[in-house]
Amino acid sequence: MEIFLFYIFGALAVAAAVLVVTQKNPIYSAIFLILTLFSVAVLFLLLNAQFVAAVQVLVYAGAIMILFLFAIMLLNIKYEEKVFSKRMNLKIVSIIISIILFFELTYVIFFREGLGIKGDLTPDVVAETGNVELVGKILYTKYLFPFEVASLVLLVAMIGVIVLAKRKF
Amino acid sequence: MVPLDNYLILSGILFTIGVIGVLVRRNVIVIFMSIELMLNAVNLTFIAFSRYLNSIDGQIFVLMVMVVAAAEVAVGLALIIAVFRIKKTVNVDEINILKW
Repeated sequence: MEIFLFYIFGALAVAAAVLVVTQKNPIYSAIFLILTLFSVAVLFLLLNAQFVAAVQVLVYAGAIMILFLFAIMLLNIKYEEKVFSKRMNLKIVSIIISIILFFELTYVIFFREGLGIKGDLTPDVVAETGNVELVGKILYTKYLFPFEVASLVLLVAMIGVIVLAKRKF
Repeated sequence: MVPLDNYLILSGILFTIGVIGVLVRRNVIVIFMSIELMLNAVNLTFIAFSRYLNSIDGQIFVLMVMVVAAAEVAVGLALIIAVFRIKKTVNVDEINILKW
């Protein structure tokens, strides 16, 4: 059952990702990107990461994609006449480079050595306390400093966006 | 249980599609979406390893990646809008003032 769901949603994610790259209209690209993000959220659920799956749907598929759609509609861009780059040899070279990258990735996956030390949070232990509670506990104790830095990053980004988007200084 | 390699290969495929999008497309907004695709592929790897190593640290890393992605998208789209006001285009081939 689990492997069945994995193949369905993995194929859906890949198909939607291909459509993101090949669609002419950026709005269709954005819609298919939302589909990819949802499929990846389902894969997170299969991996017992309920909190991250919920955040993926809320923050990625919700907030970030709304931002994208706002930008696309604000700019009122015409369709690209040619979806891909005008220079054909550049396109071929980039696809060849990407395929080489993919083979490098698969090489690393199949010929890796060992998997590191296993922790003690097996799915049964996580099921006792609950995934969200564990994430919250570790986020506010072990990773408190990165958490504060993240809030600072968001604040700086917010101020930067207001300054950049203002018409006159 | 699904083997770990399946998740890693799926994530590699998604990452490669993102790279192809960044290299081949000429619309800045679509390039940005491809970057989001790559970030998501990496997130999938983090979660898969966190599951198979019985650890929860990977999920915290994913939250941090999401924070950075949100900040990056907001700043990037503001930059695109600022450039669009001056150049009236979002085609990266035409935004080349920095080129010397």
